[in-house]
Amino acid sequence: MPIPVKSLKAQQHQFANPAFQLEVLQHAGTEEGDFPLFGTKLLEHELYPLRPTGTTILQVNVGKMCNQTCRHCHVDAGPDRKEIMPRATMQLCLDALAKSSQLTTVDLTGGAPEMNPDFRWFVEQLSVMGRQVIVRCNLTIILANPKYHDLPEFFKEHRVQVVSSLPYFSASRTDAQRGDGVFEKSIKALQMLNKVGYGQEGSELELNLVYNPSGAFLPASQKSLEAEFKRRLRSAYDIEFNSLFCITNLPVSRYLDYLIESGNYSSYMEKLVTAFNPVAAANVMCRNTVSVGWDGALYDCDFNQMLELKVQSGAPQHIRDFNLTQLDGRQIVLNQHCYGCTAGAGSSCGGSTV
Amino acid sequence: MDNTYYNPADLKKFGNISELQPEMGRKFFDYYGEVFKEGALTEREKALIALAVSHAVQCPYCIDAYTSDCLEKGADENQMMEAVHVAAAIKGGAALVHGVQMMNKIKDLTM
Repeated sequence: MPIPVKSLKAQQHQFANPAFQLEVLQHAGTEEGDFPLFGTKLLEHELYPLRPTGTTILQVNVGKMCNQTCRHCHVDAGPDRKEIMPRATMQLCLDALAKSSQLTTVDLTGGAPEMNPDFRWFVEQLSVMGRQVIVRCNLTIILANPKYHDLPEFFKEHRVQVVSSLPYFSASRTDAQRGDGVFEKSIKALQMLNKVGYGQEGSELELNLVYNPSGAFLPASQKSLEAEFKRRLRSAYDIEFNSLFCITNLPVSRYLDYLIESGNYSSYMEKLVTAFNPVAAANVMCRNTVSVGWDGALYDCDFNQMLELKVQSGAPQHIRDFNLTQLDGRQIVLNQHCYGCTAGAGSSCGGSTV
Repeated sequence: MDNTYYNPADLKKFGNISELQPEMGRKFFDYYGEVFKEGALTEREKALIALAVSHAVQCPYCIDAYTSDCLEKGADENQMMEAVHVAAAIKGGAALVHGVQMMNKIKDLTM
């Protein structure tokens, strides 16, 4: 199946509409009937209403612009997306962080966050504040334009933790998900990161990879797959990295479109529902994370952000009104896509949760 | 699918075999679960063996199940096809090695 060059939004595709996605998620089921509501499932395990356990991570989506249009992207990111967080909103994030010392980690995501013209300024400010900065780097951006070639040195200078998607250690499966030529460029970028000290034993410069399945199946055990990735990347390309994060694809945006188009939607949802793990449900990342959209709106996670499901009304809705005590008292907004984070060993931006 | 012997929807009903013989069913599934746990072999290696055997016994349910399982366990397409070739080689070899028996018989029966 070829990867479309345009985002769903640019194609005026029905799955660009969050309300339509929610409609599909809530009403599609199997021949035996609809899937149980996620909230009901939590209630069975005394986890409903789901509330934060103490927020320590501020995840900031600095924009939907990206140099890639990956087949599974829940953001529907791409070169044609123009939504970018302005510097003024970044400043509001810095203000929120200044009054919330519990927020020890700032996780920058996109799109390709590096394409935001104020990205480096933002990282520099965060670095001065002494917060752990994570950048979700798609790797190919480093090679996309000469102005990005020094990103490994920039990351090193600010002790940024780099988290990068590499769905497989072969070109065919990586390119099928992320676009032609992505694997080769990703390997070159990883070698550049290794060269400045990232991912090397004894180095403080952390380089973590993200595995997410290139298709309608669940990820393997993180430990086992990490060993296989290390063995294969070391022997074939002399690449070193710290940890592999296994992430389950959630049925949102382009991945939801893929599931429907390939006829895998019902069986995939059934897999997620059948594999529901209450231990994973207790450890979901929305319990320790608040997500900020490019326009400053607040969400329980990046997936809710793309479905335009803002934090519970009554809690602060925008970064300018950020109040951690109030946010930690909120009820987390749930929907059927949440089954993706609670299946099997669980899934979060930091990988398995069990 | 009513007019076929194999219905993909039956795969998820596998557990129902316990209805008519609960004790044996329970023992089988306990054993099955134990076999596929990581041990001296990894779960991925076991999934690849199961995929090869699925082809040798030509069980469509097993081929469906272990193709998914191999992908989930992180096996790649080359490994999976090599596993199928191992099954094919053993099946083909098993047929061909009987050619020796045939040759022995030829020797017995001809001048």
